[in-house]
Amino acid sequence: MKYVLLFVETEQFEKELEAMGQADRDRAYALVGKWMADHADKIRAAGKLQPAVTATTVRLDAGSEPVITDGPFVEGKEVVSGYAEVEVADLDEALRMVRSWPGCPLVEIRPLES
Amino acid sequence: MTPAIRGDADLDHVTSQRELEHVVREYAGRLATALVRVTGDFATAEDLVQDAVLAALQRWPAEGVPERPDAWLFTVARNRGIDAHRRRDNYRTKLAQIRWPVASESDDRLRLIFTCCHPALSRPAQIALTLRVVCGLTTAQIARAFLVPETTVARRITRAKRKISEAGIPYRVPDPDELNTRLREVLAVIYLVLNEGYLPTADLSESRDLVDDAGWLASQLHDLMPTEPEVAGLLALIQLHRARADARFDRDGDLVRLEHQDRASWDRDAISRATQLLRRAAEQHRPGPYQLQAAIVACHAEATDWADTDWEQIVLLYDMLLHLEPSPLTRLHRAIAVRYTAGPAAALAEVNALSGSLDHYHLYHATRAELLRAIDRPEEARDADRLALELTANPAEQAVLQRRVEWGTDGG
Repeated sequence: MKYVLLFVETEQFEKELEAMGQADRDRAYALVGKWMADHADKIRAAGKLQPAVTATTVRLDAGSEPVITDGPFVEGKEVVSGYAEVEVADLDEALRMVRSWPGCPLVEIRPLES
Repeated sequence: MTPAIRGDADLDHVTSQRELEHVVREYAGRLATALVRVTGDFATAEDLVQDAVLAALQRWPAEGVPERPDAWLFTVARNRGIDAHRRRDNYRTKLAQIRWPVASESDDRLRLIFTCCHPALSRPAQIALTLRVVCGLTTAQIARAFLVPETTVARRITRAKRKISEAGIPYRVPDPDELNTRLREVLAVIYLVLNEGYLPTADLSESRDLVDDAGWLASQLHDLMPTEPEVAGLLALIQLHRARADARFDRDGDLVRLEHQDRASWDRDAISRATQLLRRAAEQHRPGPYQLQAAIVACHAEATDWADTDWEQIVLLYDMLLHLEPSPLTRLHRAIAVRYTAGPAAALAEVNALSGSLDHYHLYHATRAELLRAIDRPEEARDADRLALELTANPAEQAVLQRRVEWGTDGG
């Protein structure tokens, strides 16, 4: 089955990352890189998003004209910061992968429609 | 409204209804495992089992329990399946080919339980699915037992089954490295069924005996996983409750507190079987919350009277429990034991420290009331009892508290 893993950052996590020294931050990124490499055979695509401040949201149901706003579609303390499309046997295998994820503190697992 | 004032005819009716439910429970899960194996589809199998269970509860009271209830249930389920899937040849062919009885492997039965209690399902969904699929309860029975509308239970089950098939929740026994966390989910589900049955929020005479269902689930699980000490611990806990169940209500159906219970009516054999089970589990030196809770209940069950209770040991066991699982509720229970090792004033200080987290829990206020009364502060005690009364939905507990608000004593 195919799933998309949505990686979600929290304000707290962002602050901690900022507070780190360069060496610690490099180590944190290296752990994520290693995780990606370890699961390379299951990952079909993956990407890290630019920070939420760079987001632009277009609302198409607000009237005759699309409404364009600055920022992500939900204003909140938790924002999607990356994704990976994976192909695994079932939800348990996806859960097993996610359990060892060394990055941000929240991951949503969503099955893709086949 | 209470079990004791029910007429004999009603009692017979309830007894035979319970027997029917037990027969259904004995076979529903086995039927489900066999059907999942044949159709490869959990949701379809679950529907067919529910159809067969409903048919049985409708027809058996009039026609009598068939000689081979399992074969009867199977035939109904299979025929419904063949009817319902006219356009899906693969199901129909598979269903038409199976012959009952199908051997039920222990792995099959575990698979069923672990799928119903998968952590990707919400707790209420896990409970509803387990009761329906493993115990063969109908949606209506689950709704009555948990005091929720039938449509809510039906929706929960539909959503859960949809999630199982669309999110790819596998039908299998967890791998050894995840078994412990997954087993905790199953035990939590059984424990919640026990709790609802132990102090039902619904009227006793009308509701299903959920303690019995919890006991049945735990003993099935213990048969399947005999070396798991926490499974044995939970089974012992349930057995210890059941061994003393008759003493918990008086002739009028009123709740009798442990302190005033007639210990002669406790089932001593059952208590000693449960404590043996617990001792064997403890030999593995893998303590856990269920073993500890059972050990606490065993201290009470083995005491010849209230005064003879080993309170020091109970406080110690609560300390161990808090170490494993810190919880304000456990601290409240520990404080009740502290009353008998360090006095009511010390206990009250511990209870008062919990005000922030347990303000909405009736037993917090009821316990405060008792301790306040013990140190001769009756006005504050009455206020606390009033708060407790406002917060409980259980009729038997309401009666006790009502008496205390009116008379300043529970009359025991």
